[in-house]
Amino acid sequence: MPLLLAALIWTTPASAQSGDDEFLTAVGELREASFADKEAIAERLMASGHASAGAVLTAMLEDRLFSTQEQKVVIVRSNDESLTSFELLDPVSLDGAGSAAPASLTRIGTNNRLRRFLRTTVARFALASPDAGVRLAAVKDMVRTLDESTVELLKTRASSETDPAVRREIETGLALAALDSADPADRLRAVTTLSSRYSTEVRNRLASLVEPAPDGSFAETDEAVRVAATDAIESIDSTRQLYSGVETLFFGLSLGSVLVLAATGLAITFGVMGVINMAHGEMMMLGAYTTYVVQMLMPNAIGWSIPLAVPAAFVVAGLAGILLERTVIRFLYGRPLETLLATFGVSLVLQQLVRSVFSANNRAVETPAWMSGTLQLNEALGITFNRLYIIGFTLVVFSILLLVLRRTRLGLEIRAVAQNRGMARSMGIRSEWVDAATFGLGSGIAGVAGVALSQLTNVGPNLGQAYIIDSFMVVVFGGVGNLWGTFIGGMSLGLVNKLLEPYAGAVLGKIFVLVALILFIQRRPRGLFPQTGRAAEGT
Amino acid sequence: MKLKHLCLGACMLAFGLALPGTAGAQDTIKVGILHSLSGTMAISETTLKDTVLMMIDEQNKKGGLLGKKLEAVIVDPASDWPLFAEKARELLEKDKVAVVFGCWTSVSRKSVLPVFEKNNGLLFYPVQYEGEESSKNVIYTGAAPNQQAIPAVDYLMNEVGVKRWVLEGTDYVYPRTTNRILEAYLRSKGVAAADISINYTPFGHADWQTRVAAIKRFGSAGKKTAVVSTVNGDANVPFYKELGNQKVSAEDIPVVAFSVGEEELSGLDTKPLVGHLAAWNYFQSVSTPANKEFISKWKTYIKKADRTTNDPMEAHFIGFNLWAQAVTKAKTTDVNSVLAALPGLETPNLTGGIARMLPNHHITKPVYIGEVRADGQFDVVWKSPTTVPGDAWSDFLPVSRDTEADWVKLKCGNYNTKTKACSGQNYK
Repeated sequence: MPLLLAALIWTTPASAQSGDDEFLTAVGELREASFADKEAIAERLMASGHASAGAVLTAMLEDRLFSTQEQKVVIVRSNDESLTSFELLDPVSLDGAGSAAPASLTRIGTNNRLRRFLRTTVARFALASPDAGVRLAAVKDMVRTLDESTVELLKTRASSETDPAVRREIETGLALAALDSADPADRLRAVTTLSSRYSTEVRNRLASLVEPAPDGSFAETDEAVRVAATDAIESIDSTRQLYSGVETLFFGLSLGSVLVLAATGLAITFGVMGVINMAHGEMMMLGAYTTYVVQMLMPNAIGWSIPLAVPAAFVVAGLAGILLERTVIRFLYGRPLETLLATFGVSLVLQQLVRSVFSANNRAVETPAWMSGTLQLNEALGITFNRLYIIGFTLVVFSILLLVLRRTRLGLEIRAVAQNRGMARSMGIRSEWVDAATFGLGSGIAGVAGVALSQLTNVGPNLGQAYIIDSFMVVVFGGVGNLWGTFIGGMSLGLVNKLLEPYAGAVLGKIFVLVALILFIQRRPRGLFPQTGRAAEGT
Repeated sequence: MKLKHLCLGACMLAFGLALPGTAGAQDTIKVGILHSLSGTMAISETTLKDTVLMMIDEQNKKGGLLGKKLEAVIVDPASDWPLFAEKARELLEKDKVAVVFGCWTSVSRKSVLPVFEKNNGLLFYPVQYEGEESSKNVIYTGAAPNQQAIPAVDYLMNEVGVKRWVLEGTDYVYPRTTNRILEAYLRSKGVAAADISINYTPFGHADWQTRVAAIKRFGSAGKKTAVVSTVNGDANVPFYKELGNQKVSAEDIPVVAFSVGEEELSGLDTKPLVGHLAAWNYFQSVSTPANKEFISKWKTYIKKADRTTNDPMEAHFIGFNLWAQAVTKAKTTDVNSVLAALPGLETPNLTGGIARMLPNHHITKPVYIGEVRADGQFDVVWKSPTTVPGDAWSDFLPVSRDTEADWVKLKCGNYNTKTKACSGQNYK
């Protein structure tokens, strides 16, 4: 492999030998260098044209370049923290160089500036990658810092590039470069190309053309190009405006789905059973801690931990719910004040329990790779994966719950007991058992919500308290006893909150929503979708 | 009450203080610890309680002070601000402690301030804060804004070339005052009002989508942008997660935080945060013999190898050493004598340099800017050339520009240099 690479860059063996020594010296200097010196050394490594330069710089960018106790610089194949021994590579030949314990190695550090430099430098090597995604990222990095050599590289690549997304990005880069061309026709063509791009780099670059300098002159001398640029900016701005509206809508839906998820469990225990369960938040907390424990048990398969944590959290929180119902709540039916106090006490006990078991500190729940990052729909609109999954997850959980309540024997019995306990009992339904199962179901769903929350917020003893108020708010707003009310209520509260936030700020926005809610409840005490009929009379 | 005595007994046993036949009071010097051991602040403050206990333990092994053993009196103000004042009164009036180490949030400090001034107590306050205060009875061992916020902004302006600023904070006194100072400072450096965006979110804010999107938009105007974050406590986790998810990388829009240290990062998946900044006067990763010794002592004391050390812990380390020196020098624990002995005393920092007690009841501190590493520690990327003396009253706010604190010559914490008048202590 090294031979092949050496042959590729047309070096004779003799010059390769002296090149190797020089290269090794430069790499060796990295150990003691300051960040600014490291940048200069990296430039030298680049300029040397050595076959391993790309590998060394990539390793440096990825924190895989280390110094050994023998004062040698080595590349580590993988710097995964769970490894007990790092596999070493020689920086010159890229051959294996034994292994070493992580503690015996000192990392060659980088800072933001150096990383930025390395990223654009390494991008040049990545242009030849067979993976279109890598090429796209490389071109994007290069477009951000265009200079003669990168433009040259992009031009060469443009002729052979087959992937449409990469081609488009290369065109953007070349058009941006062409804005500096001496020929107005070239510049006009470039502006036309750029008018269909929505990225901020493009917009800012175009804006700089038409912005008048203090003396009234323009950076762009040609009138026609300026007009075209102004039009292009207008079209870009209106498109971006549209997408920013879409973005706000998505933010609202995602906040709404979190609220729905948190409130669904409560919609059952409070809405259907009429139990004011202050420990509902702690059921979510149990779910979140279950996620943490599952991740602890399988540190090497974080990607699978979330799908596994969902049933686990359902069982853990569900069992806790059944236990709570059997030991406390069943003695307090029909006494809402006492239930409130007792469940509040239970919530404190549960909080202290996790404090004693897991400590008062927040626990780090990792986000699996498939849940992090952004789905980039175009230059102006990106949707974060974790929110997207949570919206989908909420819909799934909600549908399953509806199915259970509408189509199963358990659902039938739950509805029967909720509507008329005495009648249900006389029809042979064991209402005690149904109570426990219903409470378990509601708590289990709260646990499942906790899994989702572990991906969004802190996993700590106070997790539940942050959501209990919101949950009650959603259920009351939607109409007690109505699952669809909870769904619509949660979604609309989320949307209103997010629509207000850009104008009113987070603090004031929340206050507006609360005041509006109070006024609404004054007008319609039974919420959006009040229960009607005889069932409503009893509550 | 009962709990406290239980704890007292347990602690005394733990330290081997329960010597046979010791009557207590006259043979020991009582040291009060006023840190929340429950509630939202427990996360941060429990560590500080343990730090002081470790320092007391160590001092006792050296034979105590003035030939007496030290005895810890621990109370739990439970993250409840009015309860802080009540517990402080209990420590001063009932337990008659010689000194108190305590408080974290500014609001808890403001709450105990009148109690310490009325009872002439002595409080060592270990956390970076907004300044604009200097009490006769409080020693501020944490950073004032000119020892943390201003150098951090200077670093971003001069070394990173930041032209546009987002001041993002939690909605309470520390972020609001700090941001007022920073805004005045930035304006004085010629930053246009349109290039500064100030925003506040409530405590525990969890849904950062809109804010992060707004930061991205603000940062895409073609000028280098940075976020100065005074977001406090729990809200940081979802904030940084959202930054990571929306791909706001530190290379494009760095976030410099004043309340995020090793302890806070230990509850976080730090990989998406690599390169974001924090400004402190201490980092665990600073490699000095004194720091290595402190870290290993701490890990042995707390019996956990993965526990981190942080900036407020060092502040307590310095504060305790200064107090012990002052007591030795004054040959008494009487508050007035100790306060008279304190100014001018010096003790080494853990990260090098000397902490000197200043007449304004602040200390000199080195300033470090660190970048988050993948393992949750910090790489120091900038260090102040010398230690920086703490300034109680900011020079960048019109209201405090002419105010000075000096407890040696002027005997005043709020002296107006224009009117030559001491307007008493300011604890609004």
